[in-house]
Amino acid sequence: MNSRAIAISATGLTRKFGSLIAVNEVDLEIPAGTIYGFLGPNGSGKSTTIRMLCGLLTPSAGTATVMGMDTVKESEALKQHIGYMTQRFALFEDLTVRENLRFISEVYALPRAKRRPRVDQLLEEFSLVAQVKQRAGTLSGGQKQRLALAAATLHEPKILFLDEPTSAVDPQNRRDFWEKLFEMAERGTTILVSTHYMDEAARCHRLAILDQGVKVADGSPKELGENIGYNVIEVVADNPNGARLSLSDNPAFTSITQLGVRLRVLVSKRVPDALGQVKLNLREAQIRAEADQVFPDLEDIFMAVTEERRKGLAI
Amino acid sequence: MKSLIRIMAVLRKEFLQLSRDRLTFGMIVGIPLMQLLMFGYAIDTDVRNLTAAYADEADTHLSRQFIADIAASQVINLGRRVETVQDLNRLMDAGAISIGVYVPEDFDRRIIERDRSAVQLLVDGTDPIILGVAQQLTALPIRFDSQTALVPVPSMEVRNYYNPERRSAVNIVPGLVGVILTMTMVMFTAVAIVREKERGNMELLINTPIKTPELMLGKIIPYVLIGLIQLVIVLGMGGYFFKVPILGSYSQLLTASLVFIGANLALGLLLSTLATTQFQAMQMTFFVFLPSILLSGFMFPFDGMPPIAQYIAELLPLTHFNRLIRGIILRGADISSMWDELLALLAFMVITLTLAIARFSKRLD
Repeated sequence: MNSRAIAISATGLTRKFGSLIAVNEVDLEIPAGTIYGFLGPNGSGKSTTIRMLCGLLTPSAGTATVMGMDTVKESEALKQHIGYMTQRFALFEDLTVRENLRFISEVYALPRAKRRPRVDQLLEEFSLVAQVKQRAGTLSGGQKQRLALAAATLHEPKILFLDEPTSAVDPQNRRDFWEKLFEMAERGTTILVSTHYMDEAARCHRLAILDQGVKVADGSPKELGENIGYNVIEVVADNPNGARLSLSDNPAFTSITQLGVRLRVLVSKRVPDALGQVKLNLREAQIRAEADQVFPDLEDIFMAVTEERRKGLAI
Repeated sequence: MKSLIRIMAVLRKEFLQLSRDRLTFGMIVGIPLMQLLMFGYAIDTDVRNLTAAYADEADTHLSRQFIADIAASQVINLGRRVETVQDLNRLMDAGAISIGVYVPEDFDRRIIERDRSAVQLLVDGTDPIILGVAQQLTALPIRFDSQTALVPVPSMEVRNYYNPERRSAVNIVPGLVGVILTMTMVMFTAVAIVREKERGNMELLINTPIKTPELMLGKIIPYVLIGLIQLVIVLGMGGYFFKVPILGSYSQLLTASLVFIGANLALGLLLSTLATTQFQAMQMTFFVFLPSILLSGFMFPFDGMPPIAQYIAELLPLTHFNRLIRGIILRGADISSMWDELLALLAFMVITLTLAIARFSKRLD
């Protein structure tokens, strides 16, 4: 498989639970060897989409293929090639670290001679050597996460699905975790990871922003920033609260987010000279502040695309 | 080959988990022991020493002789003597006695003329077992020398097969095997699988290449062993404490038990596919357990039940197993003479297992 091949694709992927539409006509095209992010708040359909791609949930409409295999008709064959790390710790808490990994190696029916070396290798690679005899239930959040990732990659899958893998770990562990993911991607593994952390999403090669089951934008973080219909003005003020109040009256400013002493103001690209407008507005309100146009970060992008969608729905 | 590796993997995991779950382990051994001792000692339908009182208004040589005979039978414990029949009624109302013996003033004349019953037994009929005991007493012959010849010969006599000493434990212990196996086999399997759903393990398992029958077999086999351990405990202890003999062949006993264990495990699997929480699984188990205990012939004779209850009972594995195990253990019967019971169990197992495998989905929807 060359690096330009498509590892995961979906067209019109939809899943309904009763009257709730959890995932609504999502199209995906994920090239092999990339780290692809799903960014969205809770309930935006990230987990449901991942479960459909793993073949665990049947789509209500639409189709998906993973490594060229249909996720519904060929789900059993697919399972040899994909790894899935569930949102919740799914290994056996009353088994030790080694027992868990051994069990997984047997369930994937690795050849007998390879099982133990592979488990040892993983223990080493995921720094779990000291915990081999510890029951999984007593591990720390970071250790559990490493064990879960080790288990998900034990059979060396080509595709890895990670459902909010870092929700229970500290920043240092998150950094190490992402380094692991980059190494794997380097070796050709395609990784689909869902998250609601902006900084994590920013690390992905490409990402899709999901909101209420709808894919509202996708692309690389840079492309997304270039393509949003808003300019971002950063305001640094001594009195950020006053600045925010003075700006909030002006309907030209779509959203104002306060981050400590800084404000990030989204202004539609249809409004000419956004920076000038903001400065004028602040001067008139007699607020001492500096304003500059900046490149949108993911939070801005997220605000912008969800805002656009809400406006679209309102009409 | 790969199937075998996977089945063994699940097996190993189940044993490891079982060995670490002390409460479950305690239940495996504790429940059979507790039930055996409680049912074996407490349930005795051959009642003796019922509290009783008597009013002897005749107070003749004959009546005193008669009272002494009743007392000697040990069926009732004639603790108190009162003056009148009203006194007996009062004691009965107060719940102080279960049986009152009333000997009327003209006792001797009634005996001699034989036109009316000589004695009245006042019985607290709210408990049918006590009523049954009273009926036994009525068969007690009244002996007095001059009239010996007049005592009629009973029209029927009872020959007690298989249980000459009329010990309830003989009937209860083999029945308990089935009751305990029903309870633990259905509940443990249902709960064990639903627990993995609840803890999220199942989402991991169904995403691996393991096949449904492999997973189910791996989960069932440890419980077959547990079932056999319980069988040995109940029959071993039953032999030790209650001298319940095993007259039939051990291999036939094992065959019947294995098929019955299989039927219950299949049922447990089916319930596990219906329940979403461990609590639900327990509740469902009770819907099986209660009719099993009450209708299977373990507690009450099958023939005495209304037809509708009998139909339901025929659907329960325990009914068939009770007939099998009582036959093999108590009567030394050959299993071939009860092949239809074995067939019923097999059919139950196959149908339930098929349903369970069909219902168990390697998908979340």
